[in-house]
Amino acid sequence: MDYFEELCRDYRFKEGYHTCINCGTCTAVCPAAEFYRYDPRQIVSIVQTRDNARIEALLKSETIWYCGECMSCVTRCPRRNGPGLVIMALRDLSIRLGFFTESEKGRQLYPLTKALNGNVLNYGYCVHPATFTYKDHPESGPVFEWALNHKEDVYARLGANYGADGEGALRRIPQEDLDELKAIYDVTGGTERLELVEKYSRAKAAEMGMTMEEYTEYTFTHCSEGHFNDGR
Amino acid sequence: MIFEGKQKIWSDYQKEIPSDGWFYVRSCIRQNFFPASEKYFLAVCRDLLGHDIYETRHHTTCGGIAYHSDTIPQETAMTIVARQFALMKEAGYKNLVTSCITSFGNYTEILETWREFPELEARIRENLWKATRREFDKPEHLAHASDLVYKFRGEIAERAKFRLVDKTAGRPLRIVEHIGCHYSKMFPHKGIGGAEYPCVLSGMVEAWGGEVVDYPERRHCCGFGFRQYLVKANRGYSVSNTHKKFESMEPYHPDAIITNCPGCPYFLDRWQYVIAEQTGKTYGSGGFGIPVLTYEELAGLVLGYDPWDLGLQLHQVAVEPLLDKIGIEYDPSAKYLGLDRKDIMRPGLPEVLKCC
Ligand code: SF4
Ligand code: SF4
Repeated sequence: MDYFEELCRDYRFKEGYHTCINCGTCTAVCPAAEFYRYDPRQIVSIVQTRDNARIEALLKSETIWYCGECMSCVTRCPRRNGPGLVIMALRDLSIRLGFFTESEKGRQLYPLTKALNGNVLNYGYCVHPATFTYKDHPESGPVFEWALNHKEDVYARLGANYGADGEGALRRIPQEDLDELKAIYDVTGGTERLELVEKYSRAKAAEMGMTMEEYTEYTFTHCSEGHFNDGR
Repeated sequence: MIFEGKQKIWSDYQKEIPSDGWFYVRSCIRQNFFPASEKYFLAVCRDLLGHDIYETRHHTTCGGIAYHSDTIPQETAMTIVARQFALMKEAGYKNLVTSCITSFGNYTEILETWREFPELEARIRENLWKATRREFDKPEHLAHASDLVYKFRGEIAERAKFRLVDKTAGRPLRIVEHIGCHYSKMFPHKGIGGAEYPCVLSGMVEAWGGEVVDYPERRHCCGFGFRQYLVKANRGYSVSNTHKKFESMEPYHPDAIITNCPGCPYFLDRWQYVIAEQTGKTYGSGGFGIPVLTYEELAGLVLGYDPWDLGLQLHQVAVEPLLDKIGIEYDPSAKYLGLDRKDIMRPGLPEVLKCC
């Protein structure tokens, strides 16, 4: 497969990839580059070589998973590139080819995919109090631990319509609307994407000698050394 | 000539925002963490000021967080948004207002991409028809909910019970504003003031008597980064970027922070708590943090609504120092009560960050 050609089919790539002059402006403003060993300039530069081997290495790398998709780079690139958009196209291709399981950060796609799409398809929103736990989110603080322990009361006090019919915040989305979301997933490749991520992740978990529960927990929480800018 | 030139340039940064005829869509994050903010957006703009803003129970997420976490294909995200447009059309509305910056960025990106690639729009129309038998019109105007509050900032100021002034010191409050990356970094001409001079929040602050703090990292990301916060192993990214902002704003002694995006107030609030507990450092005075408010909360305070009706008890950083400065009265014993003063216990206290 000619990876560059494949990337060119992606509308994010069509929008975000033009000639890069390697100026490094994107890297200078990038929050990910401050934290990770990450350099968006280099990514666009590698893609620009059209060198299949180098692009394949990128698709299997940790690097493409470091971006936060904040799009700060889009505003500043003097050539109207969007390195963040190029990253989105690279990630998409990495997922389609199953290359994402080759990197620790790529493997995180499994718990992310399960959690977010589980919420969308079951509750109609990406984030929902029914699945947001203090154990997974200790940074939400004692105040939110309290709020989650008293969900019905706290949300009622604040004028939400938690889990009930009708309009309002946190209302129950009617089943017919959830069915439409599912149908959209089926028609547009969303369901296929979930199955693909599941298939490649299961294979990787087996290779790593883990059950899916262990794999989920491990990919969600484990951070190896070597990712950070300060040498750690 | 030069003045006219400047006016012309400035007009490119303006945005037409009709007063009425809005179809409202909610936010995944704001609902969870700041549900009262959505309530008071409607209470102020629709019920108090009398503007036409409509909501249907049938709308859903735009899929933006799932999309920017790379878990769904672009066509899935686009078709979910096309369904929202169809609901808008069916309800007889032409303008869409969203309660989330990720959504606003997502809708904007989709409309711009369709404008450039009409064949993609045609395919999404087919997708939506196949999946739901619905048809859509694109909105004539797209706004973030803060765009409307910005537009109505004068009407709010006229009804204000309080001004953003330190009553004792007799000076305007120093307010940090945080716009949120997806508001205008991708498509600067879609936000009020563009990416260079975003004034959606600073306009509110100034209209309500405060003073906007300019500091070096004013436009730096809060650190959400989608997968960089959502996956536990990556959260160092998120707190590090927030930390960078706080270190940069600290010398300016802000009295409060006002935010545009639903995620940013959560991160700027909660990471202050984490930084305090991990390093002992706090950014407010006397061991407190800097209160972080949504724009709806700030508008609500100015209008004189009860802080606990506005949901300020759901913040980890105590808001009382700010309320005291403005001179807003509150009942400390009512802070954590449920409906009809039901006792639902109280949250535990952090070890370092001072709370009331
Ligand atoms: S979108 Fe990604 S590459 Fe661009 S500035 Fe944000 S984190 Fe960096
Ligand atoms: S800012 Fe644009 S031109 Fe400069 S290195 Fe980054 S992508 Fe290339």
